[in-house]
Amino acid sequence: MNDKKAKSAASRILSERVQNLSPSGIRRFFDIIASMDDVISLGVGEPDFVTPWHIREAAITSLESGHTMYTSNFGLMELRQEIATHIRKLYEVNYDPSNEILVTVGVSEALDLVMRSILDPGDEVIVPEPTYVSYVPCIALAGGVPVDVPTSMGNSFQVTASDIESRITHRTKAVLLGYPNNPTGAVMTRDAMLEISKLAIKYDLTVISDEVYDRLVYGVEHTCFPSLPQMKHKSVLLGGFSKSYAMTGWRIGYACANSEIIEAMMKIHQYTMLCAPIQGQMAALEALRFGETEVENMRLEYDRRRRLMVNGLRSIGLDCIDPLGAFYTFPSIKNTGLTSEEFAEQLLIEEKVAVVPGSAFGESGEGHVRCCYAVSQNEIEGALERIGLFVKKLK
Amino acid sequence: MKDILAILENNAKATPEEIAALTGRSTKEVEELIDQAEKQKIILGYKTVINRDVLYDGEEVLAFVEVRMTPQHDVGFDGIAQRIARFPEVRSLQLMSGDYDLAVLISGNTMQQVASFVAMKLAALQEVNATTTHFLLKRYKEDGIILNQDEGTRRLPLSP
Repeated sequence: MNDKKAKSAASRILSERVQNLSPSGIRRFFDIIASMDDVISLGVGEPDFVTPWHIREAAITSLESGHTMYTSNFGLMELRQEIATHIRKLYEVNYDPSNEILVTVGVSEALDLVMRSILDPGDEVIVPEPTYVSYVPCIALAGGVPVDVPTSMGNSFQVTASDIESRITHRTKAVLLGYPNNPTGAVMTRDAMLEISKLAIKYDLTVISDEVYDRLVYGVEHTCFPSLPQMKHKSVLLGGFSKSYAMTGWRIGYACANSEIIEAMMKIHQYTMLCAPIQGQMAALEALRFGETEVENMRLEYDRRRRLMVNGLRSIGLDCIDPLGAFYTFPSIKNTGLTSEEFAEQLLIEEKVAVVPGSAFGESGEGHVRCCYAVSQNEIEGALERIGLFVKKLK
Repeated sequence: MKDILAILENNAKATPEEIAALTGRSTKEVEELIDQAEKQKIILGYKTVINRDVLYDGEEVLAFVEVRMTPQHDVGFDGIAQRIARFPEVRSLQLMSGDYDLAVLISGNTMQQVASFVAMKLAALQEVNATTTHFLLKRYKEDGIILNQDEGTRRLPLSP
């Protein structure tokens, strides 16, 4: 079968919804890296730490004890209780473990569930840009319409309530926030969040707050959106274990919201996923009970690397905001005259350093690249040296 | 100062310039704080953790010796502990609670040499009542570092 025929066969088989989805902006780079040796990758989106041993050990013990069955659709009650306690201690928000918390397969599933639970075809969701790569596809797959709000370095990549308000129409259903932010490293101030909470009341919007990087902030306090006045019942909190506890592969996240939304999300979850894997849930339980020291140690280590990366990029001439959260820097490469795709591709081929082009995170990411500093100090130093050589050659 | 010590504790080779870049302090400030920590005996030395199994390839013998003793008037265990600590054969020495008093790690070239040191020097001290010697067979972890283990990174080179 030739390519044309194969394509037309696919278009008959595949849904229009899927065919309209843009391919991932990083797939092409993945293939190039796979064919190369000695690449320093700053293109990763997960911790370089292995899950702390006591957490792995708890999962091993659970297997030895025969914990191999389904759990409640909502997740293990003990885990939901610990999540409730954890959020109450950190942010003074009370969620009822019996009907306001759902344990999911990572935050990714929680995001998909919430979109499918609240959106009807044509409903609009406002999303600040640059945006995490899954947000727009998840909205579109649920039949919604993503409405982007560009942010820029000038405002430290924080979204303003007035910019959000200018996008609100009679079809606006929700606002999706992701702070601390992937890819920019931006953190929202409490005051800026408060202004957005006023919009939620004024226009009766739901705010979906992806706070998977909540524990990774540097020198500032994280504002948990549901902790703002009247926001517990106007928001859906998405959280997880991947970043704070270095547990990406375990795929455990959670959603907290009013019982109506959680019940709706659980309905989809029970038919499509049934429950999150029990080993991951047991590991998450151990993480919440005894993992605090490691969370802080890893945060301190990221903070050291963050300084090294930011100062190094600036000394090369690539300006960036002081990223106060997550583990990414998002330097501007505009002064090189290259697009972010050109910069990333040439840097990879000529100097063997992988970064993610900012355009992968939406149009307003153009002119930037994402550099992850969850890599070793040696790798950061090596990468900075290579990026420095690359930028010098361009001048 | 703790931010500086946290770096040095894991990497004694870290230079003041490197530490400055990691902590956001100036190089001069880092140098002054390290100097201060040395003077206050917070930093006692800069050691390298050596995998002795590889280096000596079985030519070094280590023994952990439990020592039971009678404390001396006025100085308790300190006087005798300080005497024992001076022997170059003694790699580490701690006062313990429980069934015995001193935990002594002794190194030598042969089992005979270690046994001889225990019998002739350690057990011979007047305050020492009894010793129990355990020869070290295999090391798994040294100063917080797990030996002969490489978990490596299995991360995808790119991820969202």
